[in-house]
Amino acid sequence: MKHIKTLNTQTLNNTVKKGGCGECQTSCQSACKTSCTVGNQTCEHKK
Amino acid sequence: MKVGVSVVIHQYQNNGYNIVLDVNSGSVHVVDKIAYDVIGCLEAENSFHTPETLRKEETFESLCKNLEGTYNKEELGEVLEAVIELTEAGQLFTRDIYEDYIGEVKQRKTVVKALCLHIAHDCNLACKYCFAEEGEYHGRRALMSYEVGKKALDFLIQNSGNRRNLEVDFFGGEPLMNWQVVKDLVAYGREQEKLYNKHFRFTLTTNGVLLNDEVQEFVNKEMDNVVLSLDGRKEVNDKMRPFRNGKGSYDLIVPKFQKLAKSRNQEKYYIRGTFTRDNLDFSNDVMHFAELGFKQISIEPVVGEDTDPYAIRESDLPQIFREYDILAKTMVERERKGEGFTFFHFMLDLEGGPCVAKRLSGCGSGTEYLAVTPWGDLYPCHQFVGDEKFLMGNVEEGITKPEIADEFRSCSVYSKEKCRNCFARFYCSGGCMANSYKFHNTIHDTYDVSCEMERKRVECAIMIKAALADEERKETHEEK
Repeated sequence: MKHIKTLNTQTLNNTVKKGGCGECQTSCQSACKTSCTVGNQTCEHKK
Repeated sequence: MKVGVSVVIHQYQNNGYNIVLDVNSGSVHVVDKIAYDVIGCLEAENSFHTPETLRKEETFESLCKNLEGTYNKEELGEVLEAVIELTEAGQLFTRDIYEDYIGEVKQRKTVVKALCLHIAHDCNLACKYCFAEEGEYHGRRALMSYEVGKKALDFLIQNSGNRRNLEVDFFGGEPLMNWQVVKDLVAYGREQEKLYNKHFRFTLTTNGVLLNDEVQEFVNKEMDNVVLSLDGRKEVNDKMRPFRNGKGSYDLIVPKFQKLAKSRNQEKYYIRGTFTRDNLDFSNDVMHFAELGFKQISIEPVVGEDTDPYAIRESDLPQIFREYDILAKTMVERERKGEGFTFFHFMLDLEGGPCVAKRLSGCGSGTEYLAVTPWGDLYPCHQFVGDEKFLMGNVEEGITKPEIADEFRSCSVYSKEKCRNCFARFYCSGGCMANSYKFHNTIHDTYDVSCEMERKRVECAIMIKAALADEERKETHEEK
């Protein structure tokens, strides 16, 4: 598209049906102990 | 951005890029100036545009009326067509359809999948900002016994349902002050995981004072992740992270951390610092870590009382935003030169990020994630330890106050009014509940200064993605 370049093909709404298995890492176990950082984590099934 | 309705589109310019975030689908669009203006104009007119409303003659007429002096009709029509196409594909003007879904997610039976084991309520440093008060957590000095630790792992296995991957963080105080128990618990966990078809992911958070070859070897064999605490430049670190005798810790610790990071092939660790009002130029501390050879870097803002001289204030935000911008630009430049590194708060996985259920549920404290004190008491997370109101049970009897877990379970981006109007709500998931409690006496609010910083970090993280996806533009552009 001439005017718009889209960076991602996946959309959040597509994860509604299959999501929520809970196997992913708990956010505070990574490197944030005083903030909440969830969006930067990776889905366990897409590793 | 609109007040009163859930924000749908967030537009901003950073480092010469025009960026459009479709909040509810998570789609990120890098656009030219005309598309930026067209989308802005359309959104100002109607946040809830659909392909049908966009196709209406009056929509185009209104667009022409507003922008014709700047762009010609043909161009505007072309961009409008592109906008319609993306809207039809569910990548622009996407509605927030998750509020009903969150009810379903929250009704699911949660299991415990992660524990923060306070293996030592004692520390060999005396960091000035420590929320654990030099490891004591408003209580007495104590080390967790092997028996209590075993019961904690048993509790985790018994309460983990069908979850296979279980996480245990050895935390403190300083966990290396109780090292033998850490090793014994890892051995116990490895036995038990075979019996129950589980997999333990152990992590260790350490200040490095007692780190030696034996610890390093064990950590590399058994720990999925290690968090290495250090604040950055020597003068910055030593001011906030002295020994109890006042002497700085930098010189002793840095070589040990460098050695450990190298021995882990620069993976599966974070060098983690805290910045305060005393080093608002923290991008220099991040770069200092990079110069020391570290590749996995995290530096977080301190959370302090308003009366603490080192606490971040609202008036500090403009400088902090500038620092994040400097850092983001520098990271793009270094990445292009093959000298890239990871900054924890700029990590963003646009393709393989967490599902909506995860993004809506938050960090899981009080439900999926619990902290265990040296004597086996359970709290919603490490930051609530010591506040008796949040004592949920213990490793012997399990959860004795399920109402506390219920309250944490009910917390989501939809239970917080401020989150509805925030474009970053699917990245922080409503923010840290402990911080909300600290500043507002309820977990259903947000710590506003932290929110401002999170929004800036999300903007920078997306800009980095835009810059690195931009094959044709080799030079970093100046912000318009």
